[in-house]
Amino acid sequence: MANAREIRTKIKSVQNTRKVTRALEMVSASKIRKAQELMRASRPYARLMRQVIGHIARVNTDYKHPFMAARAEVRRVGYLVISTDRGLCGGLNANLFRKMLAEIRAWQGQGVEVEVVAIGQKAIQLFRRIKGVTLTASASHLGERPHVEQLVGVIKVMLDAYSAGRVDRVQLCYNDFVNTMTQNPSSDTLLPLQPGSDLAVTHDWDYLYEPDAPSVLDPVLKRYVESLVYQATLENLASEQAARMVAMKSASDNATKLIDTLTLIYNKARQAAITQEISEIVSGAAAV
Amino acid sequence: MTTIRCDIVSAEAEIFHGEATLVVATGVMGELGIAPRHAPLITRLKPGQVRVHAADGSELFFYVSGGILEVQPQVVTVLADTAMRAADLDEASALKAKQDAEQALANRSDAMELAEAQAQLAQAVAQLQALERLRKQLKH
Repeated sequence: MANAREIRTKIKSVQNTRKVTRALEMVSASKIRKAQELMRASRPYARLMRQVIGHIARVNTDYKHPFMAARAEVRRVGYLVISTDRGLCGGLNANLFRKMLAEIRAWQGQGVEVEVVAIGQKAIQLFRRIKGVTLTASASHLGERPHVEQLVGVIKVMLDAYSAGRVDRVQLCYNDFVNTMTQNPSSDTLLPLQPGSDLAVTHDWDYLYEPDAPSVLDPVLKRYVESLVYQATLENLASEQAARMVAMKSASDNATKLIDTLTLIYNKARQAAITQEISEIVSGAAAV
Repeated sequence: MTTIRCDIVSAEAEIFHGEATLVVATGVMGELGIAPRHAPLITRLKPGQVRVHAADGSELFFYVSGGILEVQPQVVTVLADTAMRAADLDEASALKAKQDAEQALANRSDAMELAEAQAQLAQAVAQLQALERLRKQLKH
């Protein structure tokens, strides 16, 4: 019966694993709702911000902020990457990093240098190892309710690098939450700001700037970038929970399948042992 | 009575949305009273109060710790900051982000991480093999 006992311990351990994955699945399911709520709550700000930026891009002003002007030559690209802090979320981070690394290799192929600002443990762990890429700043442990203040530092590092001319382009990489089943790894250009196609129309009015255009537009554009990154962080958070829920669901299903298989084997082994015992007794009796 | 649409939002939540007859806010250059059909204007806000005279006659107060005020003839938009923001505070958090990265680089223990990953991989492979064996056994 040694074999049977072994199988029984194996079943027990798989059952315990299933308990854990089930619990994680349920936790993620409830966290998705919270993350989506946060996304919804932040949408009005982003919408109004876009509106204001749209107005600014349209007005007839002599002042052009450096964030709005594309540079002719790109020598160094900055990547702002948003990943999760924890694993157990399927291929979420792996897919994002694969897309990103392909882009980085393409830049490096053109002789363009790359520097990275990482948000989330997984990105930090990856980019501190990768050669030819400098990790300039990082933030992690944002929790389930990220706040803009937690992101200000890392964003400022990138914006300063752009303003100082150290990087000529900034990309933002994150997982875009489509729905529970689908998350798209995306890489958007953050700087220079991409004006929408309808923004090309110029109007013959201008704002009254108080005190003047540069000192008003600078914080506006900074806030705009911050709101984009904040939104991306929330998208990534919702994606993380969704991916984890799906991954844990399939893990639970696999555990159930494994338990069924093991139970069958266990029963067979038990039956075989009983049959053997009986045949031993019978043949013993026949011999007497 | 003419009214102007007023939106007050912060990055993390919508604070107020409605019609107003007058919006009073503290800009960096001083107090601003925005009535309907004000000329387009954009300014930074100082930490302080935003007073909204709502269309129904009630008066509402909101505290903002800075932000941006945009005025269009029919719309006032207040993009409030969620927290205290100042140049030196921003500088400090930028510095912290840099230090975090440096620390992560300093604590680079590739060998250990690699060993850990390999151990995990070996475990996973072993489990897969065990599963495969069980499947085959079942078929026989």
